[in-house]
Amino acid sequence: MQTLVAYVENKPGVLNRVSSLARRLAINIDSLTVGPTENEEIARMTIVAHTDEKGAHRLEASLEKLVDVRLAENISERSLLERDLALIKVTADQQSRPHLMELIKVFRARVIDVAPESLILEVSGTVDKIDGLLEVLRPFGVLEMARTGRIAMTRGSDLLRPPGVPQKPADAEAAMTSQAK
Amino acid sequence: MKLTGAEILCESLTKLGVRHLFGYPGGAILPVYDALGKSKLHHILVRHEQGATHMADGYARASGGVGVAMATSGPGATNMVTGIATAMLDSSPVVCITGQVSSKLLGSDAFQEIDITGVTMPITKHNVVVSRAEDIARTVREAFVIANSGRPGPVLVDITKDAQQASCDFNWDASTPRLPPKRQRINYDQAEFERAVELLNNSKRPLILAGHGIMVSGAMRVFDDFVHAGNLPVAMTLLGIGCFPANDPLNLGMMGMHGEAWVNHAIQEADLLIAVGMRFDDRVTGDLRTYAKDARKIHIEIDRSEINKNVKVDSALIGDAREVLEQLLPRLEHRERGDWLRHIRELKGDSAVRDIQGLPDNGHLYAAHVINDLWKETRGEAIVVTDVGQHQMWEAQYYHHNLPRTLITSGGLGTMGFALPAAIGAKFAKPESDVWVVVGDGGFQMTMCELATIVQEKIKINIAIINNGFLGMVRQWQEFFYDKRYVATPLVAPDFAALANAFGIRGERITSRTDVTPTIRSARESSESVLIDFRVEQEDSVYPMVPAGGALHEMIRRPDSPLVETATEP
Repeated sequence: MQTLVAYVENKPGVLNRVSSLARRLAINIDSLTVGPTENEEIARMTIVAHTDEKGAHRLEASLEKLVDVRLAENISERSLLERDLALIKVTADQQSRPHLMELIKVFRARVIDVAPESLILEVSGTVDKIDGLLEVLRPFGVLEMARTGRIAMTRGSDLLRPPGVPQKPADAEAAMTSQAK
Repeated sequence: MKLTGAEILCESLTKLGVRHLFGYPGGAILPVYDALGKSKLHHILVRHEQGATHMADGYARASGGVGVAMATSGPGATNMVTGIATAMLDSSPVVCITGQVSSKLLGSDAFQEIDITGVTMPITKHNVVVSRAEDIARTVREAFVIANSGRPGPVLVDITKDAQQASCDFNWDASTPRLPPKRQRINYDQAEFERAVELLNNSKRPLILAGHGIMVSGAMRVFDDFVHAGNLPVAMTLLGIGCFPANDPLNLGMMGMHGEAWVNHAIQEADLLIAVGMRFDDRVTGDLRTYAKDARKIHIEIDRSEINKNVKVDSALIGDAREVLEQLLPRLEHRERGDWLRHIRELKGDSAVRDIQGLPDNGHLYAAHVINDLWKETRGEAIVVTDVGQHQMWEAQYYHHNLPRTLITSGGLGTMGFALPAAIGAKFAKPESDVWVVVGDGGFQMTMCELATIVQEKIKINIAIINNGFLGMVRQWQEFFYDKRYVATPLVAPDFAALANAFGIRGERITSRTDVTPTIRSARESSESVLIDFRVEQEDSVYPMVPAGGALHEMIRRPDSPLVETATEP
């Protein structure tokens, strides 16, 4: 599994170009998330793809050939944080509820909706953590699940800023210096 | 100054230096055609939109500039698909402009509506829908920049009818391209460069693989200097032909599936390959597991996604071929390479020259004879435009190009029907040049309607049909790999000479070798277009041949025994 980050133009059709490219290269996408950045012209994608390093290189280089892609970078080998968020609707009757609440605590999930026969949980974390929670919830009866797919960011000073914006933005710089003080 | 979107388009094309565009009108592009009539642009009416794209492609390849094709929405646009894909695979800068239904009808399955940007997404370098007159000038300028920068390719601009009709202020200076900023990558570091220098200067058996990129970057001069400074033998890809003179002793000729045997052997025996502006296509490498096993590889290539795609390289110098070669040149040391060059000469003794000389002199006409005589008669200076198939390979083997941009052929996509329209485009780019179409009887029948375009435009093109009554290359594969079961390859054709006459073009039919040169000469001397139907040996094959996926050094060679006489006059 390889993780790529891309900064793309925030306009219609760009997602199609990106996914169509992966299809053309016969690379299966495990998850693809896209959301706005602090700059409204630019969207950020995190692409997790079923491929090897060579495939990821092709995907990265081919993505950057697209006019609407400002930057694409394979960050799989870098020190990075990955997060996935899931909403899980699970069966919860009088008997099982206390046991469920224990598990929820251990996994640091949150209950965001309570109904007579079910609960909706919100959990975020690594894919492994969410998969782990799912495993233990399954015997209770998982009724519905929605997951965002992974978003990823490299740690610390390993910055991946979108091209075309200040690489050290004024506010970020101010924040850094105030921290230093 | 207020102009309609259609007028802005014509103004913009004019300002971008366009003089000719190839197209076909229709409902959704009518406002543009109305504006075209008032402009100085010369519109060439084609007979099929595929022809328009091939013409724009041929124009681009002959000139080095951008070719422009135009069509209406729906079927007009979808007819362009093959031409766009052809330009994509051969990195040719073509801008296609299509009409689209009005923006309020988009997505409603209106008459002649098709999502052409969706259809062409994987076969264009970029495409875009324009639905506001205000955006036309900037978008067209951007399309030209994208099409002809970096690794060139086709760009499609789809303009809605309401955008063509709406009026707005036209301000050229304010419509400068605003393309998304790109990350500036370091293409290669000093260590990568030094590794290449070291490989170059320490190599005993180097070989350059010269590709289309040399022509695209205009690197011919520095490439020539580079070759001679290092005393480096050169093998050509099909699209590289012409980037380095065929008559230079260091030019070995074409490599690959139908490359010269000695070239393929040299590749397999080399200790260093220097690939310049080429992409290790499967038709060039054969089986990758056995490809140039003893060779280190340097790859000079502008497209980062091509690096290590098919062949793992030891030094990748990403960038424009001319700039990279200019950097390398001062560091390149001259070597005698006596043993290596002598060895290649020995390999060459066993050559295609012998193949052509060894053809039985039985009065029958062979394609190789025709190409050889055409080359001699035109002194290798004509622009030759070919389709795909046997005739294309024979042309590459027997017509020796000394000048860049004089062989125009569909390489990557291998498009039948490319030659005739592409030649029309080339003629508009180079009106003073002697333009020859070399085409098979199959491919010619795919786009022969463009003969009418030649007549309507009163241009002078010579057409040599290599007519063997078969879809020759497919027949050859059937002969070699399907036990001579000729399914769907015998081909009935019209009397091409009579057909030419019907279009108002002089037509000739040639069946014997002695008539070849005089007919070619008389065609060249004629001020009007001439079509020559060369009835050649029906079951001749292209040799040598590396079977698809086979090892490059294991070629099928021309059998020594005379050809089996199975041909009957059609």
